[in-house]
Amino acid sequence: MTQHAIEALTFDLQGETFALEAGLVREVLDLLPETEVPGAPPFVGAVINFRGRIIPLVDLRVAFEMERGDPTIDTRIVVIEHPLDGEPALIGLRADKVHEVTTITHETTEDVPRIGLRWRTDFIRRLARRDGDLIVIPDLDQIFAARGQTASVTSLHPTQAR
Amino acid sequence: MSGLDPIETFRQEAQELLEQVEQGLLDLAHRPGDRDLIDAVFRGLHTLKGSGAMFGFDALAAFTHHCETAFDRVRKGEVPATPRLVACVLSAQDHMRALAEGRPVEPGAGEALLADLHAAVEGGDAPVGAAEPAAPDARKWKIRFSLPADALVNGARPLPLLDELRDLGDCHVRVVTDDVPMLEDLVPTECHLAWEVLLTTPHGRDAIDDVFIFVIDEMTLEVEELTASRDLDNPMAEAAGSPSAVKAEKSTETAAAQDTRAAKSGETVRVPAERLDEMMDRVGELVIAQSRLKQLASSSLDTALRAVAEEIERLAAEMRDTMMVVRMVPVIQLFGRFRRLIHDLQNDTGKKIDLHIEGETTELDKTVIERLADPLVHLVRNAADHGLETPEQRLAAGKPEAGVIRLSAVQSGAEVLITITDDGRGVDRDRVRAKAEENGLITPGQVLTDNELLNLIFAPGFSTAATITNLSGRGVGMDVVKKTIEGLRGSLDITSNPGQGSVVSLRIPLTLAIIDGLLIRVGASRFVIPLANVEECVELSPAQDLRSTGRSLITLRDELVPFIRLREQFKTGSAPDPHQKIVVVSTGQDRVGLVVDQILGDHQTVIKPLSGFHADIGAFSGATILGDGGVALILDIPTLVHLGQRHDAQMRVAG
Repeated sequence: MTQHAIEALTFDLQGETFALEAGLVREVLDLLPETEVPGAPPFVGAVINFRGRIIPLVDLRVAFEMERGDPTIDTRIVVIEHPLDGEPALIGLRADKVHEVTTITHETTEDVPRIGLRWRTDFIRRLARRDGDLIVIPDLDQIFAARGQTASVTSLHPTQAR
Repeated sequence: MSGLDPIETFRQEAQELLEQVEQGLLDLAHRPGDRDLIDAVFRGLHTLKGSGAMFGFDALAAFTHHCETAFDRVRKGEVPATPRLVACVLSAQDHMRALAEGRPVEPGAGEALLADLHAAVEGGDAPVGAAEPAAPDARKWKIRFSLPADALVNGARPLPLLDELRDLGDCHVRVVTDDVPMLEDLVPTECHLAWEVLLTTPHGRDAIDDVFIFVIDEMTLEVEELTASRDLDNPMAEAAGSPSAVKAEKSTETAAAQDTRAAKSGETVRVPAERLDEMMDRVGELVIAQSRLKQLASSSLDTALRAVAEEIERLAAEMRDTMMVVRMVPVIQLFGRFRRLIHDLQNDTGKKIDLHIEGETTELDKTVIERLADPLVHLVRNAADHGLETPEQRLAAGKPEAGVIRLSAVQSGAEVLITITDDGRGVDRDRVRAKAEENGLITPGQVLTDNELLNLIFAPGFSTAATITNLSGRGVGMDVVKKTIEGLRGSLDITSNPGQGSVVSLRIPLTLAIIDGLLIRVGASRFVIPLANVEECVELSPAQDLRSTGRSLITLRDELVPFIRLREQFKTGSAPDPHQKIVVVSTGQDRVGLVVDQILGDHQTVIKPLSGFHADIGAFSGATILGDGGVALILDIPTLVHLGQRHDAQMRVAG
């Protein structure tokens, strides 16, 4: 067991708390004008202008099959740098609310249980316990590789890809 | 990015040197006696040997040394540049390329090449005397030369030059110290000396020039033949001359110096392509920021702000244009390699081929040039392999024995038109049709225009080669060529006359980075249509709109054009504007109308790629940032036209 702790940014999606390694995060932005991309999957249905670069806007709620509520005054875009198809890429993530940077030690985390979750377990790297609550640490590689498509959605909507 | 890897620098340099050697050799095959070519090849080999050794490419240096030695005999006129010799050096040159690039080479390959080369040199038992005119009477020459100030730093040494002159014959040398500065101004590493040499030699002017072959570009050199009428007994007195004579010489020297300076302004700087790309990105951002400023300023009453905005607009536009020019390279870089290809193709096919190249100074963006290389190679191979007949067939058809392949490039507006023409047998329509029917591309007996029939060649999986030769049939079809060209936002077309040959024309945009676009609105979103694809804009009247529910066709000057409602295509879910417009776009031959809600106007567009998430949605080729900071997607016209045609075909089947 490695003992290292990670600095993580926590944020809310539909009442669930998620955490991302703080080192990935480039910036947290207020909502920006979005440009919808016709034909794109709902998981990544829009692009935004982030300081002169056009970056995709990912909605993790789609990957976790959550309701997609309307934006509120708390809604933010978390810009992260993460490899996409082997190339470093900037990606915007929608968050209903962004909390703070916190320390998550390895002891407080545990492997994802096989059952008891309504989400695809391979989309989650680990779960962390805090104050009797659970924090989800998503597996971005898996989510991005699947282009956010959950099993059920895949069968209904064949991909646009050639 | 800090500093350049010296090895990489050498490789680049080697690449250019080898290219120069290769071109020289290919020319030499046609003009075997050309001294300039022989010198150029020799100089290239010599420099390669030198810098190869300097950068630790010992195998390359050693190998090149042998080639240089062999070629030196050609240079000295001892051996003629026979086709065999040239072919040997060409193969040797390929070997050097492999060594320079650090590719693995077969053991013994170098030795085998050298053995061939040796045989070619020895075998060329040409009359030595023929190359060198029979020793004439000794003539007298007055030679005056000086090296540039930084010559010593750059490794040039005057003493060996004088030694070489001495080898030619009887020499009187006088050093000219006129330009040596006062002691306090003297920079010891600089060369301020000039030399005057009176040489009596049986060798000709060429021999003298040869002495300076490696420094000639930088130095000033005057060579004058002294005739008998001049005072030969006291040459130095003459050289010292009257004051007016000295003055005259001085002025010619300054003129020469100016020449050198003029030549220097044509110097080039090697810049890695990625730095240019970075700079292009910056300029792109500048253009974007500028258009935002323009928008702010136009809504402001502050005249000073508006003046600055205008100034910035002008500067950004100029900067953009300059940047474009910086990225431009002449197509000769692309066409140059085809001479070698044709050379090899002649050997492989046994056909005789003349290559004509036109418009090689036409310029294109570096990235475009790089991406054009493979499709062009394929087209030229095709022309040689499928297009041209064998010499016997040509003679039988009453044509000259050698076939002609013509490569030409012409700039027209923001595009370059590249054509590959051959005077071969032309496309066999019956075979194309048979093959297309066999592959299920068309139904038997389907009526096609000649153009449609010819363009079947570009359909996926199509190949007319009955037998797969080692030239074509490498798994790359014309469909791949077409795709690559369209990826460059270009188009291609073929025309062909039976028995007279074929012409493949490519239209390629000058650059990939920036385009002029037409900004349109569909629903709440804005999109950009590349202006090069726009033919015209017409109104879609509400009556037409209603009537055309069953068919999506409008009549434009007696021609039916299918149209696509982008609102439906993009599922915007919004109600149509009362005054919809149709933007008629084309890919060169096929047209399709795009129904939009509003046309917003011209927009100069810096193209940004879409991320991996969106790259595979066919309808968009990229995106751009608008003046207000919003993002507009750029429509991929070939895909949309294709969609429209399919739509149209379905309508026809249904109707």
